[in-house]
Amino acid sequence: MDTKGYFGNWGGAFIPEILHETFEQLKISYAAARKDPAFWQEYVDIMCSYSCRPTPLTYAENLTRHFGGAKIFIKREDLNHTGAHKANNVMGQGLLVKKMGKKRVIAETGAGQHGVATATMAAKFGFDCTVYMGEVDVKRQRPNVFWMEKMGATVIPVKDGSRTLKDAINEAFRDWVTNIDSTHYVFGTACGPAPFPEMVSWFQSIIGQEARKQIVASHGKLPAKVYACVGGGSNAMGIFQGFLDEQAVELIGVEAGGKGLQSGLHASRLCGTDATPGVAQGYKTMFLQNDEGQMLETHSVSAGLDYVGVSPILADLWEKKKVRFESATDDEVMETLDLTMKMEGIIPALESTHAFVQAFKEVPHLSPDDAIIINQSGRGDKDIFTIAHAFKDPSWQEFIIERAKEYEK
Amino acid sequence: MQLEETLRHKRQEKDILLMTHIVLGYPSFETNRKVVSQMVENGVDCIEMQIPFSEPMADGPVILKANQDSLAFGTTVKECMAFGAEMAATHNIPFLFMTYYNIIYKYGEERFFKDCRAAKIQGLIVPDLSPEMGENFFTLATTYQVAPILIYAPTSTDKRMETLNNFADGFIYCVARRGVTGKKSSFDQDFDSYLARCTSATSLPIAVGFGIQDAEDVACLKGKADIAVIGSQTIRLVDEKGPEAVGPFIASLR
Repeated sequence: MDTKGYFGNWGGAFIPEILHETFEQLKISYAAARKDPAFWQEYVDIMCSYSCRPTPLTYAENLTRHFGGAKIFIKREDLNHTGAHKANNVMGQGLLVKKMGKKRVIAETGAGQHGVATATMAAKFGFDCTVYMGEVDVKRQRPNVFWMEKMGATVIPVKDGSRTLKDAINEAFRDWVTNIDSTHYVFGTACGPAPFPEMVSWFQSIIGQEARKQIVASHGKLPAKVYACVGGGSNAMGIFQGFLDEQAVELIGVEAGGKGLQSGLHASRLCGTDATPGVAQGYKTMFLQNDEGQMLETHSVSAGLDYVGVSPILADLWEKKKVRFESATDDEVMETLDLTMKMEGIIPALESTHAFVQAFKEVPHLSPDDAIIINQSGRGDKDIFTIAHAFKDPSWQEFIIERAKEYEK
Repeated sequence: MQLEETLRHKRQEKDILLMTHIVLGYPSFETNRKVVSQMVENGVDCIEMQIPFSEPMADGPVILKANQDSLAFGTTVKECMAFGAEMAATHNIPFLFMTYYNIIYKYGEERFFKDCRAAKIQGLIVPDLSPEMGENFFTLATTYQVAPILIYAPTSTDKRMETLNNFADGFIYCVARRGVTGKKSSFDQDFDSYLARCTSATSLPIAVGFGIQDAEDVACLKGKADIAVIGSQTIRLVDEKGPEAVGPFIASLR
């Protein structure tokens, strides 16, 4: 990051003046934390005792045999507390909030994982917590709303715009400009105004640090390729940072192909041709927008990837050709999820399954001497409503109908 | 320069100036036309016309909804530019554009300034663009003589105000309080000392906006600021009572 918050041509901090001073203070606190080895140690300790770090690197023996190519390893971020890599960022920012002396946190959430993780952290650290969530996502991810509220957070459904993640972000910013003195905005992904992209990536780098050691321990050398799904980009940034300086390791980011790149119903910013450079939500990146700069509706089966922008750090790595970007369609995701569950008894989140799709396309062409890592950013079992719905599972539908009848009495 | 001079000149005749806000294409350009006429006829001194954006981060519910509805009706930046030119040619007061940076960025910064200049638009308010992020923008503003209006907030330090003042032109827009547009502000002692800080940080005229809703609010600003900004309130009024209600409302303000 340069002094203005740019990564190459991307990033910056396009914020209203009212937030200027808050960002100055945040930059100072972040810089101090980054310089202080005790801060990182405190972070690692809390992630080991409260979450489940180090998360395992699982050798997927059955899938490896099935595809007959390179060995498939899965980095198990799904085993974090609250079931996703989101916990890493949230606990890190929580420690920072303690240092800054603020008492209230707010967050946006798409799929709900970041909201749940923030609510957890707020409960643990004793902060007030408000989570903004698009009305569409509230409906898609009702169980997460339930848990956030149970942990004491206030969940506010956002009814503006497309009623998804980007609108939740706008609304969280509106809250922040109103309550800056007491409140920290726990940004959920490696996007937004500087220093968020770099700060979130820093907390997520714990994934890559562990994965690098683990793959060398189990496979004896670095992997040939590393796959991660890309919504905002924080899990991808997390694992990629473990291998960025290795020319021999290819990094692949997989975006939401939705109903196909030609359909217009997707959330592929870097691998397709629909996105163009723009400035919104406080930063410059490749956005899905029209010629006049109005943001477009996006589509994905997974709420967590359904977003108009992408991390400015990933946009820079894309431009410098250090990361290759691909996409996976909704249909491919459901098929791959089914295969992964049946062969390994592992349930990746719909978001994470995008990474599996691309990995499975490429792994048969690789040598059995090589290995690949897929970052399983989250677990799917808590998304049972979404996944069961996407599978159109008849017995599940029957159960829901019966249960609804019970409540009607 | 031109905008500052015009405002200073007007200020000599009135103890406070009025600036109003409209969202272009909401509820229609036809209504915008009527509203602007009513405003000008009833003594408004300057009008900021917002080019709608899908992500208006700094705006509250009233202006947010107006942005979204306008876009849903199909409003384009080109239409906004043409409307701006028409207003500046029709009425003898300064017109400004307010919008978010992406609109200008996508239009092409230089082309935007060129077209503003041709349309006789006298100033631009871009709440998400600071001097640090908008180097090219501020250079072009000087080249094309369109005033870049900068914002002071209660959270701005004295040093920050000084920095902003070096880049600002036309006037300084002082945000009355924390938060977004459209909610009532209270003008207490803290506000007075904030305003005193604003005034001592710049020699440009001072406008105060966010939550100015009635004659009482405007009266509070007399002697402390040069311009009172009425934003969401007229949009609310047009929604509820139609464009005809704007004239009497403006006339009642001072």
